[in-house]
Amino acid sequence: MSQVKLTVNGKEMSGDAEGRTLLSTFLRETLGMTGTHVGCDTSQCGACVVHVDGVAVKSCTMLAMEADGAAVSTIEGQAADDGTLNTLQQAFQDHHGLQCGFCTPGMIMSAADLLKSNPKPSEAEVRHHLEGNICRCTGYHNIVKAIMAASGQDVSNIAAE
Amino acid sequence: MPKDSGIGASPKRREDIRFLSGTGNYTDDMNINGQAYVHFLRSDVAHGRIKSINLDAANAMPGVVKIFTGADFEGVGGIPCGWEVTDKHGQPMQEPAHPVLAQGKVRYVGDQIAAVVAESVEQARDAAEAIEVDIEELPAVVDMKAALEEGATKVHDDLTSNLCYDWGFVEENKPAVEAAFAEAAHVTTLELRNNRLIANPMEPRVAIGDFERASGNSTLFTTSQNPHVIRLLMGAFVLGIPEHKLRVVAPDVGGGFGTKIFHYAEEAFCTFAAKALNRAVKWTSTRSEAFISDAHGRDHVTTIQLALDADNNFTAVRTDTHANMGAYLSTFAPSVPTWLHGTLMAGNYKTPLIYVNVKAVFTNTVPVDAYRGAGRPEATYQLERVIDKAALELGVDPIALRRQNFITEFPYATPVAVEYDTGDYHGTMDALEKMVDLSGFEARRKESEARGKLRGFGVNCYIEACGIAPSNLVGQLGARAGLYESATVRVNATGGLVVMTGSHSHGQGHETAFPQVIAEMIGIDESMVEIEHGDTDKAPMGMGTYGSRSLAVGGSAMVRATEKIIAKTKKIAAHLLEAAEADIELKDGAFSVAGTDKSVAWGDVTLAAYVPHNYPLEDIEPGLEETAFYDPANFTYPSGAYACEVEVDPETGKVTIESFNAADDFGNIVNPMIVDGQVHGGIGQGIGQALLENASYDENGQLLSASYMDYAMPRASDVPFYGVDHSSQTPCTHNPLGVKGCGEAGAIGSPPAVVNAVVNALRSGGHDITHIDMPVSPQRVWQAMQG
Amino acid sequence: MYNFEFEKPSTTADAVAALADEDASALGGGQTLLPTMKQRLASPSKVVSLTGISEMQGVCMGDDGSVCIGGATTHAAVAAGASAYPALAALAGGIGDPAVRARGTVGGSLANNDPAACYPAGALGSGATIVTNAREIAADDYFQGMFTTALDEGEIITEVRFPVPEAANYQKFEQPASRFALVGVYVAKYADGVRVAVTGASEEGVHRWTAAEEALSANFSADAVPAAPGADGMIADLHGTAEYRAHLVAVLTKRAVAAAS
Repeated sequence: MSQVKLTVNGKEMSGDAEGRTLLSTFLRETLGMTGTHVGCDTSQCGACVVHVDGVAVKSCTMLAMEADGAAVSTIEGQAADDGTLNTLQQAFQDHHGLQCGFCTPGMIMSAADLLKSNPKPSEAEVRHHLEGNICRCTGYHNIVKAIMAASGQDVSNIAAE
Repeated sequence: MPKDSGIGASPKRREDIRFLSGTGNYTDDMNINGQAYVHFLRSDVAHGRIKSINLDAANAMPGVVKIFTGADFEGVGGIPCGWEVTDKHGQPMQEPAHPVLAQGKVRYVGDQIAAVVAESVEQARDAAEAIEVDIEELPAVVDMKAALEEGATKVHDDLTSNLCYDWGFVEENKPAVEAAFAEAAHVTTLELRNNRLIANPMEPRVAIGDFERASGNSTLFTTSQNPHVIRLLMGAFVLGIPEHKLRVVAPDVGGGFGTKIFHYAEEAFCTFAAKALNRAVKWTSTRSEAFISDAHGRDHVTTIQLALDADNNFTAVRTDTHANMGAYLSTFAPSVPTWLHGTLMAGNYKTPLIYVNVKAVFTNTVPVDAYRGAGRPEATYQLERVIDKAALELGVDPIALRRQNFITEFPYATPVAVEYDTGDYHGTMDALEKMVDLSGFEARRKESEARGKLRGFGVNCYIEACGIAPSNLVGQLGARAGLYESATVRVNATGGLVVMTGSHSHGQGHETAFPQVIAEMIGIDESMVEIEHGDTDKAPMGMGTYGSRSLAVGGSAMVRATEKIIAKTKKIAAHLLEAAEADIELKDGAFSVAGTDKSVAWGDVTLAAYVPHNYPLEDIEPGLEETAFYDPANFTYPSGAYACEVEVDPETGKVTIESFNAADDFGNIVNPMIVDGQVHGGIGQGIGQALLENASYDENGQLLSASYMDYAMPRASDVPFYGVDHSSQTPCTHNPLGVKGCGEAGAIGSPPAVVNAVVNALRSGGHDITHIDMPVSPQRVWQAMQG
Repeated sequence: MYNFEFEKPSTTADAVAALADEDASALGGGQTLLPTMKQRLASPSKVVSLTGISEMQGVCMGDDGSVCIGGATTHAAVAAGASAYPALAALAGGIGDPAVRARGTVGGSLANNDPAACYPAGALGSGATIVTNAREIAADDYFQGMFTTALDEGEIITEVRFPVPEAANYQKFEQPASRFALVGVYVAKYADGVRVAVTGASEEGVHRWTAAEEALSANFSADAVPAAPGADGMIADLHGTAEYRAHLVAVLTKRAVAAAS
């Protein structure tokens, strides 16, 4: 066991980890931050995406010790302190971009990563960026729409409101 | 003007706030002080006899609490099956024992041999690897037809064969159907496979058993669509715990799609072990484990024949299907290829004679049960593919052929034992034709061809029977349960309401949609209504969520309970207003006396019910809480018409979905936004089945597509924006809301449109192809083009 | 996962020293190694992370005009930074998904030599030089069959040097589930000839399609691509037969040539 120190959503946190402790396990089990989900074990579903030092990564495919000293941003840190949803979260609610909610943390964190580098993505760019995030509920329609809306684009002409 | 509240409005979902901010409460988010962890040692061979299990080395591993094997479950019940099908000779199906942990034999890759309970997940897994199991491998039974051959290896030694049942429906119609085929002007025959799928809700299954020694009470937290059903099946049939000593909680559940209906051995194990060890026991499935332990779906091999007269009227349909049950009977498995499939073989058409034969077969594979649509996608796919093939053979327009044969008068009694109450199949087809620019198709095809691509258009209709189901009817058909739903409506003194419903929400948005109904009925704000579900200690006995039944059955129970509340509050209001009860009207949250300006607010009446100072105590009790159980009079019959346009790359065989449009008739609609979302999701899964997904076994019973590395899940880049329309509405006649259900439609209605479109595209390229099995992968399309 | 000891050295020398232990394993971005370890298919007693070694990071231009990429440089960094070699940048930008590209490294990919990975095609197709802590290895000598390379135990890739061609293009046809290459073809035209490297297709792992190289060296046009290679030795699985893969090799080669021209 070694101590791992992280700055999670702006707060310093620490806990013990084994070599094999994954960042996702460390967040969920050690720090009790269960907003980050684990949906697969082959690094494909993306439910576990968090930002480490500003970069979106799959926290189930990164060792906790690899993240020692890093700033980690998770779904729990996206809304304002008073609970007000951020633009992206609000767009997901406005456009019904989630159903069961399990993939949603990873979707939000991946989408935030996209909008940081590409503030007005096309539909194709959004779909391509979500290559590593699987949703089983929505058929992706309203996820893509929500992300485009969050970027300030008019989505009113997209089929089926 | 769209409404902004009540029935027909699309308020934002209230449950989204917790899901979007990472504060949901999924089962794996829960931990109980002192809990231990279980890892299941699963068979890596498909079929074998367990000669010995040596736990010595494993027991000595760090952190091991106890290792359980089948021997620990002698005298404990097996996993029950909830439906008994009677075969065409009037005999009950063959029903094998289904132990919690393997007894003597393993029957599929993934079968549980032993369960290691340890202080951590990794310790449990480390110890499981130290268990020495000596298995004498037996030949694996994988192919269904081979499984039924004389002398085939038996999956269950104590059964007479691998045939679960041979079902004929309607057996008495068979001679007339044969005669119709003999007289037919044209017969179209199609052999196809409805590919085996894995539901893959994004949340893997989790179970936490807990036990309180002082009270003797057991609790199971589980990822279930129907906690009461689990309580009944596990309590009564496996562990012998009466309902009042057993609580089952399904908190936030990350998708189900059918695969979380069933009672699984892992649930029973965790509950059993928690009591045996007097500490909580938690199991979290990995995705890899889910592939070999979640019940699979579909897997039918069918020959369908359609008979037509000289005017292209459908005169008869007959089918011959082999349906895979896997190694054991999962909870509702026997009902899927029979009552949820055979009864839908009329589709949207007035075919007068139908005969369906289904042979259900045991194989050394994961048990197969309901997956989104369950039986109805299989029926729809066969019928809508064979109609398209008939149109090809006859050289007629596939839409015109369908329209010519549509049922147009309702109610309509089909030759397969169901009665459609309402529908308008021309109406949905009209709506679809407005959505797709058919006249522009040839131009689009030319444009594709100019880029070296082939373009195809495919259409299909569907009907489904949902709102499952009338209890007396399903009882006659072999269900070992009722299929009513329950609701308790508790009105608090200050007027707010809590609805405790047996329906379970795992993505469907009940917490938002159900209050819309009550708000409309009483004329209050939706924010005054809260929905509680998923806890057997709170809601009355309910049957849960599947078969697109929540609003049609659960919502109806809620309406009935609310009607009782309204009746009682009218009595109270009549007393307060000193008027006759018959003169009391409830509107916009206030009771008034007809023809006067006298009124009393909702909140004053509810307060009076709990502070009964001025109250008709001689006539009615204080308090305001009512329960209703609603048992539907019939199934509901949503229907629709779907269209898909594809582009095929002839060099690689890759199919791209260019557009997908769906016109559905769901009857009345409470929340259009949620309904659209359900259709989108269903289409996404249907496109997945048509193009990508396949649970593939090799001849040794090894699952080849056992992770996301080989099981192709649809990604955002595989699908387009969908067109959705539900302007054609023929309300259900027998439930109070006139609703039909929308959860499964997309998955039922979409696969044939995709395959029809691919066949259409390939034929336009000069390839004489009439069918390609799903998934229509690049490899298969390319292979088909090679002739 | 089995447990292991974890080290994160900050110099190549320390990494090499740490990897001297028996059963020690280097960890690049971990995008393949960690899933493999989760399945308990690998069990190193010590894992040595290479991500903290700054001398192994980054993209730069070599004196000979080649693009030099530090062994621990992520795919995302190559996609963004290898503008001097656009085909290679595009290859890196098409690996996996954004989160995988943020962690996965060129050294990790080449050391693993997955038969369906993209980078081996880029390196072999470019005639790259794989630089390790001990030596320089020509790509033609480096790849030795699926999951097999010329690397010795404990040897780590510190840099990869890619000569920049006159024209190049990578075409990947994705396996629908994993999104790895069902077949991928890298075509690069150099002054002294054309190189064609194929990934995903062969049981021998990444390899050069010499018949196409000869034809394209004489005439760099899609029409010059020969008929599909034989199916012998091609991978056959549930996603594609050997014949289908062989067919795709030719289709993708033509597309790569057309896109590069």
